[in-house]
Amino acid sequence: MKSYLCYFKLKFITGLQYRAAAIAGVLTQFFFGFVYISVYVAFYESGSSNLPMELSDLISYVWLSQSFFSLIYLWYKDKEILNMIKNGNIAYELLRPQDLYLMWCHKILGERLSSVILRFLPVILISVILPKPYNLDLSTSLPVLILFILSMILSSILMTLLVVFYHVICLFTLDEKGIVNIFMVISDVLSGLGIPVPFFPKFMQNISNILPFRYISDFPFRLYVGNITINEGLISILVQITWIILLFTIGKLLTNKALKRAVIQGG
Amino acid sequence: MSFISVKHIKKTFKVPIKSSGILGTLKSFFKRKYRYIKAIDDISFSIKKGEIVGYIGPNGAGKSTTIKILSGILVPDSGDVKVAGLIPSKDRKEYVKQIGVVFGQRSQLWWDIPAIDSFNLLKEIYKIPKEQYESTLNELTKLLNLEEILNVPVRNLSLGNRMKCEIAASLLHSPKILFLDEPTIGLDAVSKKVVREFIKKINKQKNVTIILTTHDMADIEALAKRIILIGKGKLLYDGSLSKLKKNYDYLRKIKVVTKDTIDIKKDCIVKIEKLDDGIEFTIDIRKIEINEFIKLISSKISIIDIDIDSENIDELIVKLYEDFKI
Repeated sequence: MKSYLCYFKLKFITGLQYRAAAIAGVLTQFFFGFVYISVYVAFYESGSSNLPMELSDLISYVWLSQSFFSLIYLWYKDKEILNMIKNGNIAYELLRPQDLYLMWCHKILGERLSSVILRFLPVILISVILPKPYNLDLSTSLPVLILFILSMILSSILMTLLVVFYHVICLFTLDEKGIVNIFMVISDVLSGLGIPVPFFPKFMQNISNILPFRYISDFPFRLYVGNITINEGLISILVQITWIILLFTIGKLLTNKALKRAVIQGG
Repeated sequence: MSFISVKHIKKTFKVPIKSSGILGTLKSFFKRKYRYIKAIDDISFSIKKGEIVGYIGPNGAGKSTTIKILSGILVPDSGDVKVAGLIPSKDRKEYVKQIGVVFGQRSQLWWDIPAIDSFNLLKEIYKIPKEQYESTLNELTKLLNLEEILNVPVRNLSLGNRMKCEIAASLLHSPKILFLDEPTIGLDAVSKKVVREFIKKINKQKNVTIILTTHDMADIEALAKRIILIGKGKLLYDGSLSKLKKNYDYLRKIKVVTKDTIDIKKDCIVKIEKLDDGIEFTIDIRKIEINEFIKLISSKISIIDIDIDSENIDELIVKLYEDFKI
């Protein structure tokens, strides 16, 4: 295990070196937070009825998703891994006494965690002190907080497995453009990162309830703001665990299959 | 008992044939044609522990493919490979701990960070005990003169210095076998010499078995007593370099500085070329001894200076390739 953690550490250290990127990231998150919130506020003030979420919950939801953004968005591409596949440097990865799949999981999770750690606190702290109705409301109960932390841990694992899964497909397609890109965009939409799932039309809600994507961002944040009950939350956590097991198995099998028919590019 | 044994391995690659142009691309989108390339076609050899073997052949002969099969990255279609009692593609994780590989055209070091950080990472990956790691690193640092370059980000290193670090990186876990795939590619004369001497040293001191592919025949001359020649996936020659030389290295260039002219025709003379200040003969030493030849020409012209050149090993290999029609 220790030998995998070193990738994690390395990615972490490298990520922490890019402070300017972190500051720019925080500013971007604020920009998008304000854009989303302005749209929602206008939408709610125009007098629409039968809305599935309260405005204050929705605004907290937006701030939470913005603060954890770099951990949960799904169209993430690891340039290093993709280049390695294209130019054949993957040969060196295969020379290590390690499992390629687990190695990639650690690399990607390490990178994502390092980037979220520099960004999430400023966004949360500032959005809490914003004037109403633009602020993030952090008040919640202890059981919900515990469930939220648990679901966030599971959701980062789920995110890692999904992103690694897309990279594993590239072992077959050799390129992330095309089909993989489409997958990435669809999963991003279905995860509720742009619009929360309750605002989807009914049939899309049904689809996203079955698929894993919503359990990465929509579920934990709505749980926190109180839009999902604790009972529902417990069930969703079971769904998260099921998807984690499923995706891990598929990813691992696919990797093994890909490596059996591996062709190393470029001499 | 042979340390590395390769028996009748074959590997075929399926390569799509794509026509050019928009229409062609469209056509191959619906109906794809494939070409099968026999990268390796029934190759067998065995290597003893502590040997240095030069693995040569023209571009596309299957050298790198063999190295990849031997290092467990690729699985051969058929045939057996056994190295140090293990089957590389089956016992991959266990096996790769015992080998070091340098692909001259690729890098295993992290581009943005100093080599020493990559080394520390490799220490974790290979689970090298701390003391062993430190002593190996010290030794490598001394042998390859790494002190000053270990702390420089890899992207700022010259190719020669980077290659030294690459080789050091592949030896940190004290492998029993070292595969070098074109380790001197793109290096200047000085760096080449350092690399060659280093390879010789670790082979002698640590009894590391080394398989080396290269296009630089000087590498082979300096390092390998035994060469394996392949072409178009087939094994063409397996034996000592000196024997190969005996069979192929029979031409000598003799440059004579003279003011006289000569008109001579003998079947031992392959070529006569007029130079600004003299004449260059290319002779076949199987037909005439150099001693005899000099006697012959000195009886006809006055020799101011003479220069005898044996054939360049590169030309020898070209002849060899021609002979085997590869």
